[in-house]
Amino acid sequence: MAISSTEAAPRSRPPGLGRFLFNMAIALGIMIAGIVFAVLCAVAVFTALNTVLPDIKLVQAVLVMVLGVAACFGYFWGSNRLLDLIYPPRGSRVADNINAANGIRPWLFLGPAIVILGIYLVYPVINSIFLSFHGPSGETWVGGANYAWLAKDAAFRESMRNNILWLIVVPAAATFFGLIAAALTDRIGWGNVAKSLIFMPMAISFVGASVIWKFIYDYRAEGSEQIGILNAVVTFFGGEPQAWITIPFWNNFFLMVILIWIQTGFAMVILSAALRGIPEETIEAAIIDGASPFQIFYKIKVPQIWGTIAVVWTTITILVLKVFDIVLAMTNGQWGSQVLANYMFDWMFRGLDFGRASTIALVIMAMVTPIMIWNIREARKDMK
Amino acid sequence: MTDLSLKNIQKSYGNTRVIHGIDLDIEEGEFIVFVGPSGCGKSTLLRMIAGLESITGGEMFIGGARVNDIPPSQRGIAMVFQSYALYPHMTVYDNMAFGMKIAKAPKEEIDKRVQEAAEILQLTPYLDRLPKALSGGQRQRVAIGRAIVRNPKVFLFDEPLSNLDAALRVATRIEIAKLKSSMPDTTMVYVTHDQVEAMTLADRIVVLSAGHIEQVGAPIALYEKPANLFVARFIGSPAMNIQPARIEKTGGQTVISLSGRQVAVPIPSPESLAGAPAHFGVRPEDLRVADGDDFLFEGEVHFVERLGEVTNVYVNVKDVDEPVVVKIAGVQKHARGERLRLTASAEKMHLFTKEGRSLFYI
Repeated sequence: MAISSTEAAPRSRPPGLGRFLFNMAIALGIMIAGIVFAVLCAVAVFTALNTVLPDIKLVQAVLVMVLGVAACFGYFWGSNRLLDLIYPPRGSRVADNINAANGIRPWLFLGPAIVILGIYLVYPVINSIFLSFHGPSGETWVGGANYAWLAKDAAFRESMRNNILWLIVVPAAATFFGLIAAALTDRIGWGNVAKSLIFMPMAISFVGASVIWKFIYDYRAEGSEQIGILNAVVTFFGGEPQAWITIPFWNNFFLMVILIWIQTGFAMVILSAALRGIPEETIEAAIIDGASPFQIFYKIKVPQIWGTIAVVWTTITILVLKVFDIVLAMTNGQWGSQVLANYMFDWMFRGLDFGRASTIALVIMAMVTPIMIWNIREARKDMK
Repeated sequence: MTDLSLKNIQKSYGNTRVIHGIDLDIEEGEFIVFVGPSGCGKSTLLRMIAGLESITGGEMFIGGARVNDIPPSQRGIAMVFQSYALYPHMTVYDNMAFGMKIAKAPKEEIDKRVQEAAEILQLTPYLDRLPKALSGGQRQRVAIGRAIVRNPKVFLFDEPLSNLDAALRVATRIEIAKLKSSMPDTTMVYVTHDQVEAMTLADRIVVLSAGHIEQVGAPIALYEKPANLFVARFIGSPAMNIQPARIEKTGGQTVISLSGRQVAVPIPSPESLAGAPAHFGVRPEDLRVADGDDFLFEGEVHFVERLGEVTNVYVNVKDVDEPVVVKIAGVQKHARGERLRLTASAEKMHLFTKEGRSLFYI
């Protein structure tokens, strides 16, 4: 942290909080100067070049991109320069100046990111809390009415139940299959090919994956040719074709399969790296101790990568809590497959009720946050 | 009784042969040390005994039974790894009990054996700790304890001290020596590149180089009568001085010419070597400063290392590339540029043929 440099600060400077505020003021000043300067330069260059260059949209777009990146570099370079001008790293007070500059520099570099995160993350949260106490248009104060409605709403309860189902099944299944795939592919010659194949669904968007799986679950009336592979298999063995995604309760699991299919690759890649990090000698010691390959796997290997398994598990859990695209594309929440994120979307853009949608959004956030915190802590522990 | 027997053991990786036919018989209760420079195949050989590396050619017997195709856990061996290889998620107790639990031994039996091993190694207070809460020396003791609990016929050590700091290394070395004397019937095979460990621990040392055995013998035998130039240079520190010479007269004692001087060495030599080039060897600690005209080498002091207990003096001898090293007890005042004459007792001298074989063994 930047404040830690106060310990080394000379006595002539204000200590503690005073020094912190002093640093922040200077940082803020330099930051504003840097941003204004970088933006002005970029705009000036753009205007100047625009008069010369032909009036083609593509050229302008490329120019804006290049100038945008240049302005970012300009900000970091310029603000750093400015700091060095204020606290020059030379002369008689060189040590004091370097210490002071080191206290400010992190804030300069973090500043733009903090501001942007504030605008796009913190402000929406605060506004959602505000909206959740207001009516559909967000103008009339309704107190806790939205929360009271939510507590009694049957569709919300269905969404909660389904979300919890997703929460139990998907992370467990994806991590489990990922672990198995990682363990098996590490041992075989064509493991890397297998890994690529298993990882490939990660590259497909959720909506794209849903489209693929819609074909798998596709249903045609009995007697006609089944183009869905699942029904084709079922009819081949003499069964009756089913409209899979309309079967209440079970359709949840058919939807979950899609996310498991996507996330297994992610789990596999991370766990495979973790498995390779296990010291070979502990495995050899287990071989000498007489452990079978299966015992080595679950008594020696898995416990050693437990931290990584937990991180993978929680990362997928967070993703699952926000599951939206798959449900929207497959069933749009019909036939008892509603989930929170899709329900929120329904109230926001179909019900046009900002208040209720925000209330549901806050419920999702309340569920994600603790897992998120735990996940980040665990991941940090793993990195040490 | 022979406990461990290697017959023409070979190891190849593809077309690269790394172990070239090792023959070795180890008696029950012996402490054998494999020593050699990095890449000489000593660890590979140990891992082949353990069963962690397959045997490409030859036969191996442990306790009379052929073990080529027997898995490590049934060979009656236990191994202590360089990095300890403790299971990080298990307590000290569970680390030591793991093998017996896998073998489904009765609980009381496991407990008895673990407690005994912990007692021997003074690990009893740490039994419920995780390895990460132990010091390096304690971890190494747990690794040894895990081996003891297996009650093996043969103990294998793969450079067990190289991860410890110097002081702890000496202490653990003494502990291993004590452990050995408390288990007189257990055979131990120990791999190291540290000749001090080899000299202090071994009943017999096996010197390996490039997948061959150079010499097998008791530590002092290797020191006093190395079979070839490799062993002569490898055992002893600083290494033995080797200088080119020519055999002038063969017989009950050999006369050589060494930088133009005639030296009589009391080692018999066959007539066929008369006039042949040879190598003359003498250990730095066997050399001393000569007062009179009877000397082996004469030269200028090039470099002096004062270690307190001894002083190593490097002397440049005319017409020879490598300086002659002399190790003199105590702190010596010799300075760079000083002219020194060096000599040694005749019975401390070594002679090697041009190919590097010692005349002691011809």
